Amino acid sequence: MSFPTVIRNLCRHKSVAVSLVLIVTVISVAVLAPWVAPHDPNMQYFDGLTMEGAPLPPNDEFLLGTDLLGRDLLSRLIYGAQTSLIIGIVANGIAILIGTLVGVSAGFIRGWTGTILMRLTDLMMAFPALLLAIALAAILQPSIWIVALVIAMVNWVQVARVIYSETIAISSREFIAVERTLGASTLRILFSHLLPHLLPTIMVWATLGISTTVLLEATLSFLGVGVQPPTPSWGNIIFESQTYFTSAFWLVLFPGLAIILLALSFNLVGDALRDELDPSLKGRG
Amino acid sequence: MMPIYILRRLGYAVLILLGVSFITYLLLYMIPADPARQLAGRSATAETVANIRAQLGLDLPFYQQYFHYLMNLIQGDLGRSYIQRTEVSALISSRLGPTMELMAWGIGFELLIGVSLGMLAAIKRNTAIDRFLMALSFVGVSSPHFIASMLFLYLFAVNLDWFPLGGYGEFEHVLLPALTLGLLGSGWYSRMVRSSMIEVLEQDFIRTARSKGLTRLRVLFRHVLPNAIVPVIPMIGIDIGIFIGGLVVVESVFGWPGLGQLAWQAIQRVDIPVIVGVTMISAVAIVIANLIADLLVPLVDPRIELDKS
Amino acid sequence: MKTTLTRNLLATAIASVILPVTAFAADPKPGGDIIVTYQNDVATLDPAIGYDWQNWSMIKSLFDGLMDYKPGTTELALDLAESYELSDDGKTYTFKLREGVKFHNGREMKASDVKYSLERTANPKTQSPGAGFFSPILGYDAVSAGDTTELEGVTVVDDYTVAIELSAPNATFLHVMGLNFASIVPKEAVEEHGADFGKNPVGTGAYELGEWALGRHLVFEKNEDYYKEGVPYIDTITFEVGQEPMVALQRLERGDVDIAGDGIPPAKFLQFKNNPAYEGLMVVGDQLHTGYLTLNVTIPPLDNLKVRQAINMAINKDRIVRIINGRATPANQPLPPAMPGYDEGYEGYPFDPEKAKALLREAGYEDGFTTELFVMNTDPQPRIAQAMQQDLSNIGITAEIRSLAQANVIEAGGVQDQAPMVWSGGMAWIADFPDPANFWGPILGCEGAVPGGWNWAWYCNEELDEMGDTADAMVAEHQRDDRAELWGSVFIEAMADAPWVPIFNEQRFTVRSERMAGDESLYVDPVHVPVNYDYIWVK
Repeated sequence: MSFPTVIRNLCRHKSVAVSLVLIVTVISVAVLAPWVAPHDPNMQYFDGLTMEGAPLPPNDEFLLGTDLLGRDLLSRLIYGAQTSLIIGIVANGIAILIGTLVGVSAGFIRGWTGTILMRLTDLMMAFPALLLAIALAAILQPSIWIVALVIAMVNWVQVARVIYSETIAISSREFIAVERTLGASTLRILFSHLLPHLLPTIMVWATLGISTTVLLEATLSFLGVGVQPPTPSWGNIIFESQTYFTSAFWLVLFPGLAIILLALSFNLVGDALRDELDPSLKGRG
Repeated sequence: MMPIYILRRLGYAVLILLGVSFITYLLLYMIPADPARQLAGRSATAETVANIRAQLGLDLPFYQQYFHYLMNLIQGDLGRSYIQRTEVSALISSRLGPTMELMAWGIGFELLIGVSLGMLAAIKRNTAIDRFLMALSFVGVSSPHFIASMLFLYLFAVNLDWFPLGGYGEFEHVLLPALTLGLLGSGWYSRMVRSSMIEVLEQDFIRTARSKGLTRLRVLFRHVLPNAIVPVIPMIGIDIGIFIGGLVVVESVFGWPGLGQLAWQAIQRVDIPVIVGVTMISAVAIVIANLIADLLVPLVDPRIELDKS
Repeated sequence: MKTTLTRNLLATAIASVILPVTAFAADPKPGGDIIVTYQNDVATLDPAIGYDWQNWSMIKSLFDGLMDYKPGTTELALDLAESYELSDDGKTYTFKLREGVKFHNGREMKASDVKYSLERTANPKTQSPGAGFFSPILGYDAVSAGDTTELEGVTVVDDYTVAIELSAPNATFLHVMGLNFASIVPKEAVEEHGADFGKNPVGTGAYELGEWALGRHLVFEKNEDYYKEGVPYIDTITFEVGQEPMVALQRLERGDVDIAGDGIPPAKFLQFKNNPAYEGLMVVGDQLHTGYLTLNVTIPPLDNLKVRQAINMAINKDRIVRIINGRATPANQPLPPAMPGYDEGYEGYPFDPEKAKALLREAGYEDGFTTELFVMNTDPQPRIAQAMQQDLSNIGITAEIRSLAQANVIEAGGVQDQAPMVWSGGMAWIADFPDPANFWGPILGCEGAVPGGWNWAWYCNEELDEMGDTADAMVAEHQRDDRAELWGSVFIEAMADAPWVPIFNEQRFTVRSERMAGDESLYVDPVHVPVNYDYIWVK
């Protein structure tokens, strides 16, 4: 199935089409941030606060209002999309990479290496993920890349498990056995048979995983161990103003909506992708 | 067969916990904050700090510290909190009850909402109701706990006054935090129940049952549901780690006196013995939940029996 | 010359302790039960160990020491000591104890308990964060080193007399005897509960601990045998912990809570202040606090005086005060205005970015430089740091923010080459006792400029240290004003070296329910922080 076909099939569902549009919009806005943001995201405007120091509600000058330092919330959300997406993509990329490596090696090589690798994932599964992430963040003193790394360290485990069972399922199929008897090398089997069959699963997880990552980044920032100020991320915009939701609703509402919508979109697309690409699930529903 | 399997799993669980304790201890050892300095306070001389460090054994090399910790752990001694100076085991046991209560209700709601919505969606498959419910389930799993908790607290407790403003004690107190946890977590369950139910609905024995003239509801509850619910059990085991993460946030927002709140306070103050203790307890919970789930699946899977007949 | 206690100051102080109510509108009424909320668990109620502003006044209500303060003020007063004498050489204090004061377990408090309690705090095995305050007592070093457990300078003369000899005259000593760390505890109770004494406190104070459900609530019950006639007024105080401050305020509005212990969260402040419905519920008070930015004088380019002066001129303190909704007043010197020695005539460094840039140019940093600013990661501290960051960038300095948990910031500050700048918010120096000496040694003196110390500017000026020592040796009553003035000049001279940027003096805000009564100063007591539970009452 070619890429355009996949996209066309995905767009049959209205919600998925809307999600795709939303994701593309967020990515474009993030990439074009310097051109689309109306203000400097870190500029603390003197008239961005009332004389008593309260943030301004949405108005003509600051479309979504200002934050507690008198900065333009819209511009911070636009630049925050950059941060959240970078972390989402990098963290998830690393997680998928580690997860696939571990899952494939464990499932394909088996033996001692496989056992040790899978026991390692069992060990990681026994950790409460959030506590592990907080401890790691405390040691490594977060920058945007460290936060991405921390999230990857926590999130690869799920991927490894799924890839592991897929690998086992695929390598037990007949055609692999046939290849083997025909004398194909391990590497050949790996690259020309196993990986292409794993690709759909990997793509599905890559999409669904971004949603998890964006949420975890937000939670880490909410707990004060995320991206360092003044760099905006959707999570730390909320962290800075979390208690103000009764007096300045826009400070929590807009970034909150942004997080939920982006996570929702990735989830919907990932789910549709699974229906589309994963033959074992096809035909359901 | 079964007892040997259980024993092997138990031995394996102990190994896992050993690994968890080692990694946690190592991580916290690496955090750049000196407990002795925290204890000694700002007016302490360097000697006092050194003295306290020696008393706590913090001047020993890492492997010795860990060994001592492990030896104490085997005797059930989790050490003393650096901040509260109370035994960690006492702190944990005082908060275990509330956390179990919230977890029981939270997981209960999660299953109740997840399974019933999943069933409904499966029956009404490919209708507007199905699509709406599935979209809803995604909104749940896409919402961070902190946003939902704050929103619910503000909306239902402050504005509408339907629930008390956080706190602990009566049933009304547990309701809102448990519902928050349940609503957000139910999404995965409803999706899972929906797809496994659709699978079961299409199987032969169901068709047979129907053709025998059994009522629709009877088929649904006697034959379809028990089969469809099997994959939910291991899911609870996997979910529990994520659920604990949600507890940390929900307990802090709702002022629930549980382990999550304890963990969050300990993390903020770098109270290492408490953090290690709570992590260990959570790991024990996760390992036990998975163990039970694995043991339960073959016991409850009705397909095995049906196959026989 | 022997100084005896019939000194006016203390005489009035005692009088007001017994009759503190004369100033109040209505006569206090005994009885009533109240609920106080806090977010964090109460750490410990062991007076030798408790050292945060949540348990500070709780401990003061459970325990007494030889000295205390007049309620709602910073004036020293006698407590368990009935009188004291100071020897001619200014080194030995002889305290006469009140007779018939009983611990909560029924036993009478005697001089041997005083000796035991002081030695317990000084003993390194107790791991008391306040042990260092006892260093003026003769023999402290030997106890601290672990050579002995007995303080050479503390002598039990008879059951009701105890003599304390210092290694040198020290004007702050009576304040030290008013600290929680010098509270009198009964040996048998400490030994019975061992390390859990902090959960089973037994003292002589106005309240005794009733119930403690860990992580939920604790209940203080009125001590019927309290030695002070008529107080406390309230029958039981229930402290509920684990309460989010916002939620606590909501409950207070509904009348479920009487005092929101954590005060008004910044988010609610303006709503509260501007809503007439809350008028009279909010109490404002000064506290002995200065928020400051440390400039590490050993890390280049901050080792250059001109650079430090430039930073002092670059920061717009008025704007920072506006950002925290006016909950503070801008500061220009280390001492807070309520502290003896505060120099009203000192003008400090003006806010002048142009001059600051010129100074940077003179120092050879026309193009600015990059440095780091450490800050604790709870609101509003990171916001304040970002405001400073913007001010600094206006004169060309790029300050990268390191927003970390409190313990990590303290750790970084205590390593000489680690933290160029630290914003003290959230860890700030709230004075232990109302004396300027308390603002010097650990945070600006050479003794604190050591690895693991709290002098995060690593500023060490031996000349000023000596001036401070001279001031502290001025123990006679008639030297009081001279001493304060001398201390004041120490701080002003330190400002010439600009090791700090003093930013603001924070005010305190307590919210109480309508039915709470008692003088407002009790709700923002500068010593019994945050609230003096012994003297408040219910309408």
